[in-house]
Amino acid sequence: MRLPWRFLLPAIAFAGLVVFFIIGLQQDPGRIESPLIGKSAPAFALESLGNPAWKVGSTDFTGRPWLLNVWATWCGGCREEHETLMAIAAENRLPMMGLNWRDDRALALRWLTQLGNPYVSVAFDPEGGTAIDWGVYGAPETFLIGADGNVLHKHIGPLTPEAWQRDFVPLLPARGGEG
Amino acid sequence: MRIAILLGAMLLATQALAIDTGRAFDDPAQQERYERLIKDLRCLVCQNQSIADSNALLASDLRREVREMMIAGQSDDQIREFMTTRYGDFVLYRPPVSPRTWLLWSAPVLLLLGGLGIAAMVVMRRMRAAKADPASLDEEPDPK
Repeated sequence: MRLPWRFLLPAIAFAGLVVFFIIGLQQDPGRIESPLIGKSAPAFALESLGNPAWKVGSTDFTGRPWLLNVWATWCGGCREEHETLMAIAAENRLPMMGLNWRDDRALALRWLTQLGNPYVSVAFDPEGGTAIDWGVYGAPETFLIGADGNVLHKHIGPLTPEAWQRDFVPLLPARGGEG
Repeated sequence: MRIAILLGAMLLATQALAIDTGRAFDDPAQQERYERLIKDLRCLVCQNQSIADSNALLASDLRREVREMMIAGQSDDQIREFMTTRYGDFVLYRPPVSPRTWLLWSAPVLLLLGGLGIAAMVVMRRMRAAKADPASLDEEPDPK
């Protein structure tokens, strides 16, 4: 007795569903693609963390690529990635700006004194308004902004040397090119 | 009996919905509009909650943003657009119809049509069989 082919259809449909779910389950729902990629970086001008009289803003590094790292002292992942940030800063390839998100000024300054300061400047955003403009939903997050002022890449979660080499370095202008 | 009372009491318990202490607006219509808006926005830190349900810092920042935009006279669409340009369509619990969500939105209709199609095929086959041999419906076909 041979089964008609149409009895196989449910089994095939089920196998398709399994494949669909396996693909779905392997995606990390914590990583949401940023709609900002390819668009111009949201403008801001905030108080400097170190000196409330100074303004730190999105146009400070116009004309060259730069990094914006969102951090806070309450954020465990920020502590985790700090060494990577220090190493990137030591490479001296591009300026890194910090966006101190919903934090306490004194605590944040102590953090930088104790762990080292990888940032050229740090914008202080205690209310989280600028973070919303950048679509930040969980620190740490690191953005790469191109020389044209467009957001090129967003990394969510602690930055690792591997992620830096894989996702950021290829987007940078060649070393010694434009200087 | 005691169990019945216990179960009855459970029915009376409702979910604690208010995360915000105090109301955002004095005007009931505005308050209602505010609540409707924040219930439709996803909290991205705690993805299965709306920003109305979540007490995450980000959710309270976004509630404040919604409130301020309402006070500034922005429309619902403007507020939703503000959110999607920053956080993407994922922030909306009702994603807009676009090429990416076309399958999602049309799935209920497609599945219904598929089911109706299969049902129609089965009914038609049975009617044809009944016309040819009315006795065939009374018993299982003999697999010979």
